[in-house]
Amino acid sequence: MTQVTVVDYGAGNLLSVVRALSHVGAEVRVTQRAEDIAAADRLVLPGVGAFADCMQALRQLSLVEPLRAYLMADRPYLGICVGMQVLFEVGEEYGEHEGLGIMAGRVVRIPPQDGRGQSLKIPHIGWSPLCPARGQDWAETPLAPLAGDMPRDVYFVHSYMAQPSHGDDCLAEVQYHGLSICAAVRRGQVYGVQFHPEKSGASGLSILKNFIAGVP
Amino acid sequence: MRHIRLIPRLDIKGPNLIKGVHLEGLRVVGDPHGYAVRYYEQGADELLFMDAVASLYGRNQLSHIIERAVQHVFVPITVGGGIRSLDDARQVLRAGADKIAINTAAIARPELVSELAQHLGAQCVVVSIEAKEQSPGHWEAYTDNGRERSGRDVVAWAQQAVALGAGELLITSVDREGTRRGFDVALLAAVAAAVNVPVIASGGMGQPAHALAAAQAGVDAVAAADLLHYQRCSVADIKQALSSGGMAVRKV
Repeated sequence: MTQVTVVDYGAGNLLSVVRALSHVGAEVRVTQRAEDIAAADRLVLPGVGAFADCMQALRQLSLVEPLRAYLMADRPYLGICVGMQVLFEVGEEYGEHEGLGIMAGRVVRIPPQDGRGQSLKIPHIGWSPLCPARGQDWAETPLAPLAGDMPRDVYFVHSYMAQPSHGDDCLAEVQYHGLSICAAVRRGQVYGVQFHPEKSGASGLSILKNFIAGVP
Repeated sequence: MRHIRLIPRLDIKGPNLIKGVHLEGLRVVGDPHGYAVRYYEQGADELLFMDAVASLYGRNQLSHIIERAVQHVFVPITVGGGIRSLDDARQVLRAGADKIAINTAAIARPELVSELAQHLGAQCVVVSIEAKEQSPGHWEAYTDNGRERSGRDVVAWAQQAVALGAGELLITSVDREGTRRGFDVALLAAVAAAVNVPVIASGGMGQPAHALAAAQAGVDAVAAADLLHYQRCSVADIKQALSSGGMAVRKV
C-alpha cells in the first residue's frame, strides 16, 4: 500500500483530504513533524483559507525549511488550494506575504471583472472543466485520467489565483467567464492544484489515486 | 456560458429525512444516509443538510449523519440549522462539513457573520435567508424555520450579509417551499442583482424546468428536495433541463 504523508498545520480540509486519500487506497500518515516530511515517500499539503495563515502556521511549526528542502529535492508533492498557492514567491492576501518560493510568481486576488468587462463573483465557487495549459500534456501526470474517460469538471472555491512567471509551470487552466485561471501547476514531481480533488467526485478521486500510484 | 450547480437539500428532524410545506407540516421521508449517497452517485454537485428543528432546541444535531455521509460522499457538504457561535460552526466542520449555513443567529447578531468569515474564511460561510413576500417586489426575512418575522428587508439584509463576509447566500422562499409551484423568480432576481457572491435558490422546485427559470433569474445554484426525494425525477433530469436551456452543468 502506498504511504502518503499529509501535513497537519490546521487546514480546514485536512480530514476530507485524509478520507479521500484513504478511500483510493493510500496508507495515510498525518504529521506536524519535520522528520516525517524528510522521510516521506509522497507529501500532501492541504489547504483552505488564507495564504498568510498557512505560511504562519508552517513557520510556527518550523516546517518551512523542511518543506523547502523536500521540494528542492524534487520529491513527490501535491499541494491543494492554498497548499498549491504557497509554492509561489509571494501571496497578496491580507498584505504581501512570502511563500515557499519554489515557483516564480505571485498569488493575486481574482479581478472583479474579466477582460470583456463581465463582472466576476468572488469567491469563485463551483464546478468547471480543466483544460491543458498551452503546450502541456497530462499523460504522465496525476491529471492523466481527465485526458481520457474521466469528466474534466472539478470543484473550485477560491478568491485568489496563482500567476506563474514561467508559463511552463502551469499544467492546467480553467475559464472563469473570460478569465483564464491557472488551475494546476507542475515542476518535476511537484504538483499543485487550485481546485479540491477531495471534493471533486470520481474525477477528483482519480487524480488522487494517480498521484499515490506514482505516475509515471 | 454560466455554470449552474444542483444541490439536493435534505431537511432533517432527529434521525429522519423529512419534507414539509412552507417549512412546516413535516413528513418523514426516510433514512437520510441512503438518499445522500444516492444523490452523490447520481452526480449531485453538492449536498445541503438542514436541521429543521435545531432552532427549537438551540443546537445542531446532525454530526452523526454528517460523519457517516462523508465516508461515501466526495462533493462539498453544507450544514445548517442551530449554529449560533464559532464553536458550533467548528463542531459541524469537524464532523466533515465544508460550509455552514446560518440564519437565525445571524439575524440576532449580524457580527457573527464577520467572526465566522474571519476565522473560517468567507468560502465557508453561507448566509441562509428565509423570505416571505409582503407586497409585490418586497420580501421580509424570517427566522426559526420560517416562523418568526425579523423586520428585515430581504434584499437589504442580503447586501449587509455580504458586506459582513458571507461567501454565498441561500435564498429560500417560504411561500413556495414544498408547493412544487416553482421558485419565486422575482425574489431570486432581486437578490442576485444586488450582490456579487454566488446565490443558491431554494423552495418550490416541482419540475426540472423550474431549475432553468431560477438560473435565468441569475442564481448560481439550485436546491431541490421533494422531487428528488420522491423520485419524481433524477439529478440527471434536472441537469438536462439546465443544459438544454443553455446553462453549463458538471458532467458526470
